Amino acid sequence: MIRLWFDPHELRAVGRTPDYRFSLANERTFLAWVRTGLALIAGGLAVAQFLPPLPVPRLRELLAIGLLLLGGAVAVRAVDRWARTERAIRLGEELPTSRFPAVLALLVGAGALLLVATVLIQSASTR
Amino acid sequence: MSHDPGLQPERTLLAWRRTVLAVAVVAVLTIRLALLRGGIGEWISVVAALGWLATTLASLRHATRRFHQPGTGGATLPLLAAATVGFAGLGAILILGTLG
Repeated sequence: MIRLWFDPHELRAVGRTPDYRFSLANERTFLAWVRTGLALIAGGLAVAQFLPPLPVPRLRELLAIGLLLLGGAVAVRAVDRWARTERAIRLGEELPTSRFPAVLALLVGAGALLLVATVLIQSASTR
Repeated sequence: MSHDPGLQPERTLLAWRRTVLAVAVVAVLTIRLALLRGGIGEWISVVAALGWLATTLASLRHATRRFHQPGTGGATLPLLAAATVGFAGLGAILILGTLG
């Protein structure tokens, strides 16, 4: 499957060329995932340079690196999804499903709640 | 190319442009962090800037060709993902460097 990432010609050896609009839609989905990855990476870079040091030593750096890793993983996954979907479209198969979007949404939601809690605790303790 | 009432070629072009903008944000944040670091950060900022330029040129070139010929090759896609991972990697190097 990894070969398919780098050799689009091999992708075209499989199945039949679909209506170009399906390929365009797949490409836009890929780009949306890449932007999601870039947003996570931007978040990590922002935590690293704009967040004041946290009470727990190195926690800020750990958080930043965690976001960078997640962003990178999302970008890699995006290529895999794009290749698998393109292949499924060409073969007329069911599109691949995934739980990852839901998992990511939960992670981001949990992170946001954690941030709210941190802000409230810090503002309460400085009063 | 016959007119597509769904305007998909136009939307795909815009999607590429939005992505290029997102890359710009990440590139600027990476370069800023690198320059703040100093030392090896100066080299990293050069790598980041060159990677940013290459990614932007490749993406816009692909997007324009895709707009006029929907069937064109998709080699730019893994390259874009690789550049994204590259920025994450540069950021990680910069941050780990401050931990030592």
